[in-house]
Amino acid sequence: MTPPREGFKAFFDPRGVVVAGASTHPGKFGFVALHNILSQGYAGEVYATNRDGGSILGIETVPSIDDLPPDAVVDLVFVCTPASGNEDLIRACSRRGIRAAFVTSAGYGESGEDGRVAEQRLVALADELGILLAGPNGQGVVSTPSRLCAQIVAPYPPAGRIGVASQSGNFVSSFLNYAYQSGVGISRAVSAGNAAALTVPDLLDFYASDDETDVSLAYVEGIADGRAFAERIRVVTEQKPVVLLKGGATSGGQRAAASHTGALATDDRIFDGAMRQSGATRAANVEEAFEAAATFATQPLPRGPRVGVITTAGGWGVVTADAITRSSLELAILSDSLRDAIDLLLPPRWSRNNPIDLAGGETRDTIPEILSLVAQDPTIDAIIYLGLGIQSNQASLMRNGSFYPDHGIERIVDYHERQDRRFAEAAAEISQTFGKPILTATELAIADPNNAGPRAVRETKKLCYASSNRAVTALEHLWQHARWREQHGLT
Amino acid sequence: MTTLSEASSKELLRRHGVPFAEERIVSSPEEAIEAAEKIGYPCVAKLNGDRIAHKTERGLVRLGLQSPEAVRDAVSDLFGAAKPEDGEVSVLIAPMLSGARELIAGFLTDEQFGKVVMIGVGGVLAEAIADVAFRLLPLASGDAESMIDELKTQSLFEEFRGEPAINKDSVAIVLNALSNVAIAESNVLSVDLNPLIIVDGEPIAVDALVEILSGVSK
Repeated sequence: MTPPREGFKAFFDPRGVVVAGASTHPGKFGFVALHNILSQGYAGEVYATNRDGGSILGIETVPSIDDLPPDAVVDLVFVCTPASGNEDLIRACSRRGIRAAFVTSAGYGESGEDGRVAEQRLVALADELGILLAGPNGQGVVSTPSRLCAQIVAPYPPAGRIGVASQSGNFVSSFLNYAYQSGVGISRAVSAGNAAALTVPDLLDFYASDDETDVSLAYVEGIADGRAFAERIRVVTEQKPVVLLKGGATSGGQRAAASHTGALATDDRIFDGAMRQSGATRAANVEEAFEAAATFATQPLPRGPRVGVITTAGGWGVVTADAITRSSLELAILSDSLRDAIDLLLPPRWSRNNPIDLAGGETRDTIPEILSLVAQDPTIDAIIYLGLGIQSNQASLMRNGSFYPDHGIERIVDYHERQDRRFAEAAAEISQTFGKPILTATELAIADPNNAGPRAVRETKKLCYASSNRAVTALEHLWQHARWREQHGLT
Repeated sequence: MTTLSEASSKELLRRHGVPFAEERIVSSPEEAIEAAEKIGYPCVAKLNGDRIAHKTERGLVRLGLQSPEAVRDAVSDLFGAAKPEDGEVSVLIAPMLSGARELIAGFLTDEQFGKVVMIGVGGVLAEAIADVAFRLLPLASGDAESMIDELKTQSLFEEFRGEPAINKDSVAIVLNALSNVAIAESNVLSVDLNPLIIVDGEPIAVDALVEILSGVSK
C-alpha cells in the first residue's frame, strides 16, 4: 500500500520529533539519534522518552508518549525502543496525532520467524492507524530542507537535490559521505531497513513529485517481483532520473536451458534490460552511482552525444578522447567556423582538432573565451574541461615553500589561484547560459581538495570529477537518459 | 509444457510477421524431389514432428543437398530414422541459406519478470559470447531499436565480408513480431529463433521452437 502524502510531510518535514527510548549512554542508539537531531540545526520541537525520566542533552525526557506536554506538536517518532513494546508505542503515538514513525529497533524480519510475525503485526497496525512506517531495523532519515538528521549514524550531508533511498543503511552513509566530500548535496535520504511498509519504490515515487529533489539515487537488492518494480520505476523516470545500484547482480542463476534463449537469460541480464526499458540509470558500482546522480543534479541534460574536450593537459585530452570513443558518446568533429574562431584566440600550435589542446598558448582570458565559443557552437552537445588547478598546484608548492612571499611569489600565487577560480566559475556560468553540460575533471579533486580549482568547482555546486573517464561515464549516463526521454516523447 | 513441431512453430510465428524462408512439408521422397525442384538447389531436409525438439543433436537435419538423388537418399534416411515415440512425422524441404552472420532471438516466460524478449549474436559461440539484450514484453515503440543498439558487437551490423550491412529495421520487425506473438498467443511460453541467418543484410529465421502450455490447444 502506497503511503499517503501527508505521511511523507510528517516524515520529512515534521513540526516536531520525539525520540522514543532516548538513552543517557552516549554509545547507545537512543542517545546518538537524539544527539544528531539536536546538533544539526533542526528547528522543530524535540522531545524524548526515557523510562526513568531525567534530562538528556538538555532535553527533559518523559516516561512515555502519553506524558508529552499537552501543547507539544509532534509529527514524527524516532523509535529506539525494544521491539516488544513498539505496538503499544505506535498506538500511543497515534493518539497524539503522530503521523510518521522511523523504527530503528531490531528484532524483526531479519531475526527469524518470531521477528517476521512481529513485523507483520507492526505493519498492519501502522496501516490501520494511517501512520507512515519506515524500517524497522533501519538507520534513519535525513531531510536537509528541514535540517533533520534523525539517524543513528553520520554524516549529516550538505543540502542539495539528490534523494537517496536504500535497503542498506550503510550505503546511505556512503552516499552521504560522497556528498560531504564532493559538496554535491542531498535533499532527503532514507535507510529503509527491512522496508516492511515503506519501500524503496515508495520513496522513489515520493521523490518524483518532491519539489526539493531533482534525481533519485537508490540501492536495491533481492527484488521479489521484477515486473512490478520495473513498472513503478518507469512511472518515476518519466518525471525525474533514477540512478540505481543493485546488489546481487552476479548471483541469480541461469534458467533451465530448455531453449537457447533460456540458457542466455540470467536475472541480471533481464533486470538490466528492464531498467533500460524503464529509463533508469544503472550504475556498476557505488562511486559511479553517486557521480551519476550528482551529475543529474548539477548539469543540464545533453541534447546530443557530441562532446568537445578542452584541455591544457595534453595526455589527459588523448585518453579522454579514447574514453569517449569507447562510450556511446561521440567525439565532436570541430566545425570550420569553430576552428576559425579558436584560431583567432590561440597561436597556431594548438591542436586544431578535438580534443582542443591549447598547447600552452593561453593568456589571461583564453580559457573562458574558448569555453564560451565551444559551448555556443551548434555541433557541440557537451564539454569536458581538463587541466584546471595545474597552476594552483604550483602556487601551493610556492605558498608552502621557504621563499614565500618574497621574490614576487605572493603575487603569482594569488594570480594562479584567482585564475583557476575564474575558470571554474566560467565553466558553471557558460553551462548555465547555453544549457549544455560542462564537466570539469582533475585528479586534484581528491589529490588536493583545497586546490583553488576544485574548491571553486565545489563552490559553484558542481561535481569536480576525479578523473576524465569518470566524467565520461557520468556524461554517458546523462546522454542515455536524455535519449530515452527523446525516444519516449518526453521533454 | 509441450513443444510444437518446427512446421507448426513456423506457421504460428509467420502469421505474426516472423520472416522465414519458403519451405514445403512432404511425406515421401518423391514429394521431396518435387519440392526441391521448385525451391532450388542446394536445399535442406529436416525431419518434422510435434515431439522432435533437438534435431541437430539427433542428426535429423541434412544440409547442402545438391541433386534429386541426394534429396531422395536424405529423405529416405530421415523417415528411416524416425522413432515410434516421435509420433506422426513429415519432412521439411527448405532452401539452403548461407550468410556469414547469425543472430538469435526469442522470448521466454520468467517467474519474476513475466514474458521477456531477447536478441543476441548467434552462431555456435552464442552462449559463450552472450552478447544479448533483453526487454520486458510487450515492446513499446523504440524498444526493439534500443535493444539492437545495445548489443556490443555493433561491427557485425555493418558491411561484413562482402555482405551488406544488416537491415536493423528488419531485425526490429522480428522482435516486434515476437512481441505480437506474446500478446496474441497467451498459451505460448517461449519461442526460440535460432539461428536468424543474415542473407543479403536481411534476417531470415531458419529454425523455430515454440513451447506452449500443455493441455491447451494452439
